[in-house]
Amino acid sequence: MSEYLVDIKNERLSFFTPAGEVKALNDVSISLKEGEVLGIVGESGSGKSVTAYSLMGLTAHPGKLISGSLYFNGHQIEQMSDKEMRKIRGNEVSIIFQDPMTSLNPVYTIGNQIMEAVLLHTDKNKAQAKERAKELLELVGINEPEKRLKQYPHELSGGMRQRVMIAIALACEPKLLIADEPTTALDVTIQAQILELMMELKDKLGMAIIMITHDLGVVASMCERIAVMYAGKIVEYGMTEDIFYEPKHQYTKGLIRSIPRLDTKEHERLVPIEGTPVDMLNPPKGCPFAPRCDACMKICLREMPPVTNFGEVHYTQCWLNQKEEFENASCEKGAANE
Amino acid sequence: MLKYVAKRILLAIVTIWAVATLTFFLMNMVPGGPFLSEKAISPQATAALEAKYGLDKPLIQRYFTYMTDALHGDFGDSLKQRGRTVMSIIKMKFPVSARVGGISVLVALCLGIPLGCMAALKRGKFLDSLISVISTCGIAVPSFVICTLLLYVLGVNLRLLPTMGLTSWKHYIMPVIALSFYPTAYIMRLMRSSMLDVLGQDYMRTAKAKGVAGFWILFKHAMRNAILPVVTYVGPMLAYTVTGSFVVEKIFVIPGLGGEFIGAIGGRDYTLIMGTTIFLATLIIIMNVVVDLVYKLVDPRIKLK
Amino acid sequence: MKQNPLSFQLKLKPEDFLPATEEEKQSQIVMRESVSFWKDGMRRLVKNKVAMVSLVVIVLVMIFSFIVPAFYPYNYREQFKGANHLAPMEYSAEEQARIDAGEKVFPHIFGTDKMGRDYAIRVMMGSRISLVVGLIATAIILVIGSIYGSVAAFFGGWVDLVMMRIVDIIYTIPDILLIVLLSFALKEPLYNLKEVPGFGWVGVVGENLISIFIVFALLYWVGMARMVRSQILTLKESEYVTAARALGVSNKKIIRRHLLTNCIGTLIVTTTLQIPSSIFTESFLSFLGMGVAVPLPSLGSLASDALNGINTYPYLLFIPSALISLIILSFNLFGDGLRDAFDPKLKH
Repeated sequence: MSEYLVDIKNERLSFFTPAGEVKALNDVSISLKEGEVLGIVGESGSGKSVTAYSLMGLTAHPGKLISGSLYFNGHQIEQMSDKEMRKIRGNEVSIIFQDPMTSLNPVYTIGNQIMEAVLLHTDKNKAQAKERAKELLELVGINEPEKRLKQYPHELSGGMRQRVMIAIALACEPKLLIADEPTTALDVTIQAQILELMMELKDKLGMAIIMITHDLGVVASMCERIAVMYAGKIVEYGMTEDIFYEPKHQYTKGLIRSIPRLDTKEHERLVPIEGTPVDMLNPPKGCPFAPRCDACMKICLREMPPVTNFGEVHYTQCWLNQKEEFENASCEKGAANE
Repeated sequence: MLKYVAKRILLAIVTIWAVATLTFFLMNMVPGGPFLSEKAISPQATAALEAKYGLDKPLIQRYFTYMTDALHGDFGDSLKQRGRTVMSIIKMKFPVSARVGGISVLVALCLGIPLGCMAALKRGKFLDSLISVISTCGIAVPSFVICTLLLYVLGVNLRLLPTMGLTSWKHYIMPVIALSFYPTAYIMRLMRSSMLDVLGQDYMRTAKAKGVAGFWILFKHAMRNAILPVVTYVGPMLAYTVTGSFVVEKIFVIPGLGGEFIGAIGGRDYTLIMGTTIFLATLIIIMNVVVDLVYKLVDPRIKLK
Repeated sequence: MKQNPLSFQLKLKPEDFLPATEEEKQSQIVMRESVSFWKDGMRRLVKNKVAMVSLVVIVLVMIFSFIVPAFYPYNYREQFKGANHLAPMEYSAEEQARIDAGEKVFPHIFGTDKMGRDYAIRVMMGSRISLVVGLIATAIILVIGSIYGSVAAFFGGWVDLVMMRIVDIIYTIPDILLIVLLSFALKEPLYNLKEVPGFGWVGVVGENLISIFIVFALLYWVGMARMVRSQILTLKESEYVTAARALGVSNKKIIRRHLLTNCIGTLIVTTTLQIPSSIFTESFLSFLGMGVAVPLPSLGSLASDALNGINTYPYLLFIPSALISLIILSFNLFGDGLRDAFDPKLKH
């Protein structure tokens, strides 16, 4: 038994497209304890969703796990058959997707789709499953559950549908809930409601959450741990305080600078990160962020930066942090020589 | 719902009326007449025949007479097949065509849907390519080519199957193959592309994330969404197929409605042309309504207007 | 993640930690070549082996039917005495005598038909007719259909309603009825037109052929019209057109930049797929004996004529049947290739 609920070690995953191999995940390691919330932050295409999907065995078609170990709740995911995976999916680990508009099957009623999850993983009969579905709808704050059960997805609003998605995900009280940008497609007021609901349910049910988002504001309030991803790598990982108060990677610093704040002075402008993300088909040799980094050094363009640790949890992959150590080391060497 | 039914019926009546009117005038504009080709008949006899059937009256008057009769369900007597009403001819010939056509549509559905699904699931694999090749060929080969090929190989060369008539189940094999060839190929293509579309939808990912087993994902979540384009196609296709294909009926010597219709056009059997056209138009309109209803049944998002 | 950073020995020098210049940074950015819609589509089309093979087949058939007959020693209406029903590569008694006399005689590659006409040239002429019908009929359908469809879509409201009702009615009438009636109805006026000075070309092209064009033009534009209409309606509603309008882009530019580029892909594909369908229908008509007039052959009429002799001369049936299937197949496959390459909605 691991002390962690989720423990991904050195995961490498590639998509073999006709145009060539896309290394979507490059040496990704993530760990999470029971009941904790982990935020994975990064821009589109950085590999945050791919990481989460691979944990559920939902890697899309040309994708293949190259190496690494994926531990979850007593299972070694990379060694499991599809049939074994099915027993876990929707049961021990569930997921909420980004777009509630398209994530529900349009031709079945809400009730049918919630009950399906219940019936699949429990011994409940239909009547009991229906009771459970009603409970779940109440749990996620939907009024008149009896009536809603008979409705079709297109008869509900976006926020309502996302609540239904959460109800489906919680049907079997999972140990881990993966939320893949759960609020991106919703109105701002609804966003807050959904996030609040998720936190409330987390406290009530004691599950762990992996929150995938590109919105640092969302993770700040919700998560214990944060992983910042860029181009298929975790460039910085740490407790939320570490990331916000002592960011070590230039990309993390850039992300924090680009959050709008209430105390921003009028003449100060938000600082965007210039440039475009890397082309994953032809990744650069060195640090993928180097071309956009304003503190870029010669070594950054040539070599991949090694890991620098700051305490138990917090680490980063950036040459800037190596620079100090290198200088310290050479100073010591110089001192010793004298 | 009641409003919808009323609207559809009204629309159907207008369409059938328009089709009948158009056919009536076009048919009469065309040179020639039902009795001209019968050389043995003297001009007096022709005139007498035309008088008997009212063909000597002005066109407009004939139009109104026909329409009033048709409204009362009287489609008149055939001009060429003496002593037979149009209704009795349709009643006699339609079941023959309908049986062959109905079986063919059934075959097309039973083959086309599963094969199309399989191709979509095995996308890019050998099976997909094989099914694609078969369906592309099926769409490219005209029905008369298939008929004659079947006739030559199975009927003439190998003498496996009877070549004409419809007296035993063996007689049905070749016409059914010939008739179901194109629709099978077409349904396969439709099914494959709509299945691929559905497989890429987010709700399929949701179903997978719930832990639904492979077969059920396909059967419950994908099928019902993917079948819609096939429903749209099958409705009118069914109407056309059950009324008989002229080529197939000609080559396999089947006494069906398709052959009767072409014969009537060639012989200017005005009443029979009108009767068959109205019959076919009605059938197509009914099928379209059925398609709409099935659509509503399959996809709750559809609103009947 | 416990790893001594300096334990894997990289030779690091102090100058490695100097700031990189802007040029060095730029050199790292590998930009994928950005290509235009058409270039991108063409590239995909050329890569598609099936489509390319089909294109080659289409070109070969065109050479076979338009260029080869000019150099062919036989004529499609020329009848040879005593040369009825020769098997492929067989010579008639008279020809054999000439060969024996040392004369060179061009072989009847596909044999001859029951009237003693060289079958190879008849097949060539037949495919010429089929191709001409397919191409011209499609062009007519394209013009009528797209004008009708775009008018209905642009005006909308009751104009659209009435126009689409008409389309529905034409859809509901059995096409075979209209084809037969129209071709009978057109025969006489066209025959008379031939005599009018300035319309002599009608006789050259053939009244039947022209009446087939007219029938096709009157009947089969409905599908095209529906397609164009729905395409334009979708585009009209689409948000990027609204966005362009909101940005103050002129109508002309919107039509050129957005409507045309989005519509033309689909239009080209539909047109390409209409060609085999027209050929298909023409062959079917000829098979029923309502197509082109004798002695002009078409692939359908050749197959139809051969049907009676199926027991003894099956090749007379198989050659035109195979050719027509091949033509339709290659147009279909090429059209599919075009769709895969140019339909932006299918881009993955």
